[in-house]
Order: sequence, then C-alpha cells, then structure tokens
Amino acid sequence: MAAIDVRGLEREYKSGLKAVRGIDLAVEPGEVYGFLGPNGAGKTTTVRMLVTLLRPTGGSATVAGFDVATEPAKVRRRIGVALQEAALDQLMTGRELMELQATLHGIPAKQVADRADELIGRVGLSQAAERRVGTYSGGMRRRLDLAMALIHAPEVLFLDEPTTGLDPTSRSTLWDEVRRLKADGTTVFLTTQYLEEADQLADRVGIIADGLIVAEGTPAALKAEVGLPHLDVSFADCPDLSRAKELLGRFGELRPAPEGADVSVAVAKGAEEIAPVVRVLDEAGFTVASLELVEPSLDDVFAEKTGRHLEGAAEPAAAPA
Amino acid sequence: MIPVVLALARRAIVGNLRRPQFLAPLVIFPTMFLAVNVGGLTSTTGLRGFPKVDGFLDFQLAGALTQSLLLGGVSTGIASALEIEGGFFDRLVASPIPRFAIVLGRLLAASLVAGIQVLFFLALGLAFGATIKGGVLGVLLILLIGMIAGIGFGAIGQAIALRAKNASTVQGIFPLVLVILFVSSAFFPRDLLSAPADSIARFNPLSYLADGLRDPIISTVSWQPVLEGLAAAVGISVVAMGLSVLALRGRLRDA
Repeated sequence: MAAIDVRGLEREYKSGLKAVRGIDLAVEPGEVYGFLGPNGAGKTTTVRMLVTLLRPTGGSATVAGFDVATEPAKVRRRIGVALQEAALDQLMTGRELMELQATLHGIPAKQVADRADELIGRVGLSQAAERRVGTYSGGMRRRLDLAMALIHAPEVLFLDEPTTGLDPTSRSTLWDEVRRLKADGTTVFLTTQYLEEADQLADRVGIIADGLIVAEGTPAALKAEVGLPHLDVSFADCPDLSRAKELLGRFGELRPAPEGADVSVAVAKGAEEIAPVVRVLDEAGFTVASLELVEPSLDDVFAEKTGRHLEGAAEPAAAPA
Repeated sequence: MIPVVLALARRAIVGNLRRPQFLAPLVIFPTMFLAVNVGGLTSTTGLRGFPKVDGFLDFQLAGALTQSLLLGGVSTGIASALEIEGGFFDRLVASPIPRFAIVLGRLLAASLVAGIQVLFFLALGLAFGATIKGGVLGVLLILLIGMIAGIGFGAIGQAIALRAKNASTVQGIFPLVLVILFVSSAFFPRDLLSAPADSIARFNPLSYLADGLRDPIISTVSWQPVLEGLAAAVGISVVAMGLSVLALRGRLRDA
C-alpha cells in the first residue's frame, strides 16, 4: 500500500482560481518524494490538502492508508508537518514548544520531557532550548520545526519548502536530517523550489507547474529523458577543427558548440568518457584549453515540459515538448 | 482532551505574561478611567435615586471591572488573530486534537486572567478606601461572575478573530466595546440615566453583569442582582462560545 496515494486531486478556490488541477501521484513507504515547482505552481496547496488543512474540491487522496477528506483525524495522528515559514510561537522557548507539541500528539506526560530532550539534541538545539524562539535564527527555527514534526515518530513527514531562505550551512544540516530520516524508513514528502535539493534528497521527483504534474520519475531518469550529457571542448590552438570534430564524433553525436567552446559532443557514459576523449585528442596533437562535462538538470526537464525555466533564467526556454 | 486544553491554556497565559504590552492595558486603562471618574463625579452619590454607598469608588469599582473584562476579550481576540496570522493556528489544526480544545484552551486562559483582573481591582479598591460589604462570600461571587464573564468576552474576541483572521480588525472593535459599556449601568445607576440610554441599558446584559459585580461590594450579598449578574455572565458565555465554535467550523469549512 502506498504511503501517499493521490488520484485526480483538485483544489479550486472561491475566487475561481484552480490551484491544483487534477494530479495523480503515489509515494511508497520509506521513499523521499520531491515535489518540485516554482512559486505558485500548486505545491503548498497540494501539501495543505494532504495534511488535512485544506479540503480538496475534486479527486481523492489517502495518507498512511486513510482518506484525507473522510478520515482526517486518523491522518493527523500519523503525519508530521513542517509548513512553509516555520509557524512557531516566538514567545515560547524551544523546549516549551516541543513539550506542547508532545502533549498535542498524546505522548504520555512521563515521556514528554525525555522525548523533547532527545529531539532537541538531535537537531542540535540543546544549547538554545531554554531561549525564546523569537531569538532563534531562521535555520534554528526550521530545525525546531522539524523536531516538532518528528515528536511522535510519524509514518509520513511533510516538509513544505524546508530550506527556503536558509543559508548554505543550515540547508546542509537539514538535508542531513532528511537523509537520516530516509535511512530510518520514514516516508518524506518534500516540496521545494530548489533543483539541487530535489536532486540530492529525492528518490523520485514530481514536477508541478500550473497545478499539473508535468513530469515524474527518478532524477536520473527525468534528466535522461531530456538528453545525454555532453562535453564542451575548447582548444588552445586548433589549426584543424574539422579533424577535431572527426575525432570527437567517434564518441557520440556532435552538437552545436556553445559560446566559448570549439566543439560539443554528446557522451552517453558521461564522466567515464572524459579520459578517453582527452587521450585521443592528445595523441592527435591537440592542446585542450578547457573541457566541461555538462549534464542535463531538472531545470532542463522543467524547461522541456513547460517552456519555462524553474529558477534564475528570465528568458523563455525551448517550446514545450 | 483535558491535558491538551490545560497545555493550550498554559501556553496562552505564558504568552500573556511575556507580552506585557497586551496585559497592561487591561488594568491601566480602566484604572485611569476609575481615577478620573472618582475624582470628578464623587458628588453624584448625593443624587436622589443613587444607591446607598460608602463612597463613589465603591460604586465605580464594578464599572472598572466590567471595562477591564471587556478589554480582556479584545486582548484574547488579538492573541487569537495573531495566532492565525502567524500560522500557529494551522499547526494546532493539523494536530490530532479535538477542534473544540483549541477554543477551550484559550478561553480557560481568558478566564484565569479575568480572575487576576478581578483580584487586582478589588485590591486596588481596598487600598484606596473601598469596602467590600459582602465579605469573603462577596469576593468569591465577584470572582465567579468575573471569571465566567472572562470566558464570554474572550469567546466574543475569539469569534471575531476567527472570522476576521487579522489582529487589526479585532483591534477595531475596541471603540465599540466602550460604546456598549457606556449604555449600561456600569458607570452610573440605570435609574438615573436619561432616555434612550436608560431603555438600552435595561436590555444591555452588561448592566446586569455590572450590577452583579457591584452588589457584593456596596452591600451584603443580595441574591437577585448577584444571580442576574451570574445569569448575564453565563448567557454571554454560552452565546459567545456558540459563536466561537461556529466561527471555527466556518473557518475550517472555508479552508
């Protein structure tokens, strides 16, 4: 049985805006599922429906085996939730919030303090536990939020953009914790707008745009869909470019060279092909000035499917496939 | 559910204590009002029809108390609205707790704060020469009425917060609170009010609440005003809690 099973899920707001327009997905137990998309794509609306904060207006979804619309209380007992913009009471200390969360989840009073201590230590907040949350940095708040979400050892953990706005160190700490949760067998549904985050953490990725899932699969499979890695080569001195192209053409299909490179060639085996390429060019007397292995990114996948880039690029990408 | 309600009430009280700017107006504003009234209107106790009192302060204490309790409701509403704005309300809703516990936790805290408000004004009155004719029983009755009224006013604030979802709207009800209070017998005997204020005061539950709070101060306990005051407090609380639960349901349904 899937930990999360979503079929034709829809959400239309009173204003008429259809934020989620019929999505299907299944997340297996112990899997980290990355839900990737730009702001406004429908990620948070989907999460809010799955954690029973928002009623679906169409379709169905089960989490940990229970229907989010008809059995919300059973769903809530089995999930942990860390929503976007860690919603914490800034007047409370970290320990007070942990203990409150433990009580809300029905943890027996005798175990509350121990469980709070354990998780506070696990996220590295022992020194700050007695301080009010209002004095915490953004990274500390996210870590506390994560610890609170884990207080009852949930079957399924929802993390809504857990690292948005964090510095690289805090982001790395949270990534480590997600990896640890995966190793412990926790199912994690992670929304993110960061390509690298999805690439690093997710077993599978669903890419959402305008309320629809436009691509789904393992990061490697998705990237393979949009093309092979390629080597961009530039020479220090190249009197015979056609000879260079002939040599490189043996490794794969030649592509139009981007600005700054003399030749570009698709290489099916990626990094494995670098050494043979260098050897062949060297034996033929070419002096390589630079050689760059360019691998397709999830952004290329997004661009391929939607004609837009996920982050950064303002100009439109290639037309949708 | 009880441990959850107690934990949420504790959190609300801790929040109040750590946010003195919310708690202070509950006593400072009514105290200033009390000082101004007692200073300028003392001679009104000589008017025909004015209840027999030892001093104007004795009479005015109930008005200050009612005003303070109403402000407590505004404060509860603002705290609830901030909880919604900040997202902590969503955290509570996403927890496996009965929804009603979210309402009850904050109202229990409002009631306890109301008890503190009552004790503060009674102590203030005693310090400045008022007497509580009803004795210990009178104090307990005032405490009971005040704490029940605290639930009611807190529930009104909470209902508004759940509908409005933002603190500034809740803050906007403050002037309305004062208007409703002035057309009651909180600051002046109902029989001495002129039309149409006297008629409005007759139907204003705050009149009965204030009279119930006042009676044990200015006389030995007379059960009719006390029971009327108690009934007003219970009535306000029941209706307001109903509104609060409806507002909560509406909010969750609209989500």
